[in-house]
Amino acid sequence: MRWLLRLAAVGYVFFLVAWPLALIVRQTFSNGLGNLLDTFQDPHVVNALQLTVMVAFWAVVINTVFGVTVSILLVRYEFPGKRFLSAMIDVPLSVSPVVVGLALLLVYNGRSGWFGPTLEENGFQVIFDAPGMIMATCFVALPLVIREVVPVLTEIGDDQEQAARSLGAGARQTFWRITLPSIKWALVYGVVLSLARSLGEFGAVKIVSGNVTDRTQTATLLVEAKYQNFEQGTAYATSFLLILVSIACLIVVAVLRPKQGSR
Amino acid sequence: MIWFSILVLIPLIAIVVTASENGWDQYVATLQNPQTWAAIKLTVIQAFMVTLLNIVMGTVIAWVLVRDSFPGKSVLDVIIDVPFALPTIVAGLVLLALYGPNSPIGIHWANTEHAVTLALAFVTLPFVVRTVQPVLEELEADVEEAAASLGARRSTIIRRIVMPSLVPAIAAGAALSFARAISEYGSLVLLSGNLPFRTEVVSVRVLSFIENGNPAAAAALASVMLAIALFVIVVLDILQRRVSRRG
Repeated sequence: MRWLLRLAAVGYVFFLVAWPLALIVRQTFSNGLGNLLDTFQDPHVVNALQLTVMVAFWAVVINTVFGVTVSILLVRYEFPGKRFLSAMIDVPLSVSPVVVGLALLLVYNGRSGWFGPTLEENGFQVIFDAPGMIMATCFVALPLVIREVVPVLTEIGDDQEQAARSLGAGARQTFWRITLPSIKWALVYGVVLSLARSLGEFGAVKIVSGNVTDRTQTATLLVEAKYQNFEQGTAYATSFLLILVSIACLIVVAVLRPKQGSR
Repeated sequence: MIWFSILVLIPLIAIVVTASENGWDQYVATLQNPQTWAAIKLTVIQAFMVTLLNIVMGTVIAWVLVRDSFPGKSVLDVIIDVPFALPTIVAGLVLLALYGPNSPIGIHWANTEHAVTLALAFVTLPFVVRTVQPVLEELEADVEEAAASLGARRSTIIRRIVMPSLVPAIAAGAALSFARAISEYGSLVLLSGNLPFRTEVVSVRVLSFIENGNPAAAAALASVMLAIALFVIVVLDILQRRVSRRG
């Protein structure tokens, strides 16, 4: 019985995840390092990678600041509509990326959006440009930081913060000295998760970016375009890179987790 | 709060408003389009099947991860999370390598309904495992041993002791994976071929409405998906409250 279950679990994961992953790695290196080197000399690839890193970086920064603020708001303060806010935070997790893209498009596009034309008159283009892509990425990765930080904040309570305040610490000092160190690991965990999510976002970015080669094409969009142009070597190599990054993120998380538990 | 409304609330409201601008007729017309209807049917059926699959396999995997020990278990533990961290488009490419035209095991599922099932099973793999695992870890083996020493058979133990405490976690995981399966897009683009009436899912349909310059229809369909997502969130919220009350 035990053996059967073990076999079922391992076999299922092997066929669904492990073997296909191994195949991609093998195809990337099917003619040695040549494939990988060619890919990195392709200016489109380099541009796409740079853009991806830029978008992911800003999205993660925004989400970290916003995530910590909202977490503190949700845990420490009572206000009307708190439950509603808490539920809305989860929306990006279960709503389709395509719907996210459409939503942003309806509001911010330059011709018929709600805010788009006004913003564009002031020289600020959102859709088909970097701000839109950053917003789409922010949207899909929004809950990750909050969902990690909120339980920790709830658990530690506010005794220490109140103590600090009664001893004369200002709000800022309390935050930097007391609150931030205690949520540090949860925050790092959330940031790593949102980084992985941001680098890999596809559906939402596809709609808002317009997918213009060299200008608004991110790494994931490039993989699709290259594959459909039958440049499979490049597609595989770029995917390999994305796989590498996401597995690195997972390992960081796996290393962090026991530390968090033993604290 | 302002940032949140700019980013999330206003765009979502915009969808609902755009969808309702043309009234019910627009809704009905969009949904009655045979191609759209086929897409909805396919998505819901596939999502349902995959959720069932996940309930069984996810629970088994979680059980193996918690109660069993064998060399390579920690590797299995990391691999479970891969579908969550992997970009969805890469997930599609990865699956295509094993189950596509150049398959080393001779299975050619690309552009069929199996491809949809496969892709959905891949991206939703972690959900049930990761919700059941912590609950199972907290569950003491003592109770099971006590039951066994009192003469309960294996099937009785599972049915009477293990299952009742796992059900809320399994339900939560299943709801998450159902929501994810309904909304999946990236991994299907390459794998399923998006053939109308056969392998086209709702997300792809929304996208083609957008690209054809028909935002009203896209918004109508998107608002249906939004309603499903909200419904799942509410169900999850209720489940969580019930679990925390019991604990």
